[in-house]
Amino acid sequence: MATPDLSVAIGSLKLPNPLIAASGCFGYGLEYDQVVDLSLLGGVVSKGLFMKERQGHPPPRIVETPAGMINAIGLQGIGVHRFIKEKLPLLRERGARTFVNVCGTTLDEYVEVCKVLSQAEGVAAIELNISCPNIKEGGIQFGCSLNGTFDVVNAVRKATTLPVIPKLTPNVTDVASFAKAAEDAGADAVSLVNTFLAMAIDVETRRPKITNVLGGLSGPAIRPIAVRMVWECYQLVKIPVIGMGGITDARDALEFMLAGATAVQIGTQNFVDPFVWSKVLNGLTDYMTRHQVAHLSDLIGAFDPTPPKAAHA
Amino acid sequence: MPPIDIDATVLTNARLSSEYSVLSLAAPEVGARTQPGQFVMVKPAGATDPLLRRPFSVFEVLRDARGVITGVSIFNKRAGRSTRRLYDLEAGEVVSCLGPLGQPFKVVAAPTQAWMVAGGVGLAPFATLAESLAESKTDTTLFYGARTGEELFYLDFFERLGATLVLSTENGARGTKGRVTLPLEASLKALGSGNTAMVYACGPEPMLEAVARLAARYNQPSQVSVERVMGCGLGGCYSCVVPVKHGDEEANLVRSCISGPVFDGAELVWD
Repeated sequence: MATPDLSVAIGSLKLPNPLIAASGCFGYGLEYDQVVDLSLLGGVVSKGLFMKERQGHPPPRIVETPAGMINAIGLQGIGVHRFIKEKLPLLRERGARTFVNVCGTTLDEYVEVCKVLSQAEGVAAIELNISCPNIKEGGIQFGCSLNGTFDVVNAVRKATTLPVIPKLTPNVTDVASFAKAAEDAGADAVSLVNTFLAMAIDVETRRPKITNVLGGLSGPAIRPIAVRMVWECYQLVKIPVIGMGGITDARDALEFMLAGATAVQIGTQNFVDPFVWSKVLNGLTDYMTRHQVAHLSDLIGAFDPTPPKAAHA
Repeated sequence: MPPIDIDATVLTNARLSSEYSVLSLAAPEVGARTQPGQFVMVKPAGATDPLLRRPFSVFEVLRDARGVITGVSIFNKRAGRSTRRLYDLEAGEVVSCLGPLGQPFKVVAAPTQAWMVAGGVGLAPFATLAESLAESKTDTTLFYGARTGEELFYLDFFERLGATLVLSTENGARGTKGRVTLPLEASLKALGSGNTAMVYACGPEPMLEAVARLAARYNQPSQVSVERVMGCGLGGCYSCVVPVKHGDEEANLVRSCISGPVFDGAELVWD
C-alpha cells in the first residue's frame, strides 16, 4: 500500500493531517517548539486574543478532577497586535499553520480583531471564541444565543476572507442548532466542544478550589459527550466539523472522525504528555495500514450505527 | 535543550516519616542536565488518576559509587491524592518524569555568602544548590525550619558539604523555637556592613514573603523558589502565574514554570 494519505480539507484550507493543537492548551505554539516540530501538526490554534492584553484571573486557576481538569485562566493574553509582531513571524518561520483564536467583549471587537488579522501574513484561519465560560462579558453570551451566534459570525464573515471557524460551547441544550446558525451565517467550519461549565469545592475549607469558582471541564472525562455532540452537528450541517474533547491517542481521534469530524484538536493531553503528537500520528498510520484505508478523509463520518454484537449471542 | 520525558523506574522510596519520603528515580539523562533549583514533572505512569503531573524540585542528582549519574530524587510530602500515591510507590514501579524544567538558582561565590532558608518540604531545591556552593567553596548557611525536631531531615548531608546549620522548630524541640525567620533576622542584623549574603528561600508562601521582605529590609539580595498549582511545566497552560514587577512597570502575571520557579525576591509582588 502507498504511504497513507492523512490530509484533510477544511473548505479551501488543506492540512497535511487532521491533528490541531487546541486553543489555550498550547500557549502560542512556540512554547512547544522544543518538544514538537510545529510544521508536522495539521495546525496550531493560538491562545484566545482580544484587541488588548489581558491579565486573566488570579491563581489558583486549575484543579484536577477525575480524568479531567477544571480551568479558569480568564484568557490571559498578549493581544492581537503583540501576537502579530512577536509570535506570528516565528510561527511562520517554523512552518506552522496558524489558526488564531479570536475573542471579543463586543461584536465590534470580534470584527476589529479579525480585520487586523486579515492584514497580517501567515494566518491560516480564524477560530471565533464564542464559548469561553470564564469571562464575564462577551464570548459565551454570543455562543449561548442562536441570534448572537448568527450575528457575530455574519459580521466577521463580512470583514475577512480568511476561513472563519466558530468554536461552539457544549453548555447549551442543542449544540447542533448552533452549528446550523453558524453555517447559515457563512462559517467555513465549526469547532467543538469548548469546556463544560463546572465547579469543585474543597470540603475541608468549604471554599472553591479555584479563584473564579466556576471553570471549564476538559480532559478524557468529557470525551463521550463531545463525541455525541460532534455526531449531532455532523448530521445537521454540511460544513466541516472540527472535533475535540479529551483526545489522548489515535483511537480517540479516530472516534471523533468516525462521528463526523474532519479534523480534531488535542488540548489537555498536551499537559499530560507534550510528546503526544508523534504518537497519535503513528497510531493513525498504523490504523490505516491495518484497515487498508488509503485516505484518512474516507473515515470522516464513516461511523456504522448498526448495533454492536452482544458478547454472548 | 528540550526537556526529557521518560518512564523512570523507582529505585527506592525512602519513607522519612509518615508524611515525607525521598523517591529516587532512574533518570540519568535528567540528572545529567539538572541545575540547582530546576524541577521535574512527575506522576505514576500510565494512569488517569492523577491525570496531570505535579512539579517537584530535583532534590538530589544521584550517582553510583564511581560518580556516574544514575538519576534524580524528589522530596515528597503527602498532601493530596497525587503525593499520597507517590508516597505509596514501591521500588520497581514506574513514574512519568519530564525535565529538567525552569530557571535555576544563580549560584553565588565568595566573598558573597549563601544563606539557604528552607521551610518544611521547602528543603527540596537546596541539596543540589549546597553541592554547587560547596564546589565553589562559598560560605554557606542553611536556615531550616520545621514543625518538630523529627521533621528536620538530611542534616548530615548538609553538614558533610560544610554548610552551617541554623535550625528552628515550631514546638521548640530543636533549635530556635518559632519560625525560621527569627534566626534569619538575627543573622541579617549581625551581618557586618560591607558583607553580602544571597538569601535563597523555598517553603510555604507566607514564609517566602517574610524572607523576601526581610532580605530587602537589610539590603540583601534574594532568590525565591515559588510553588504554584501547575498544569504542564512548559508554559502552555498559564496556570502557575505569579505577579512580578520590574522596576516601575506594572505587575505582570508571569508563568512560574518557564520564568521561574526561581525569581528575584525583590521582583515578586505579594498579595
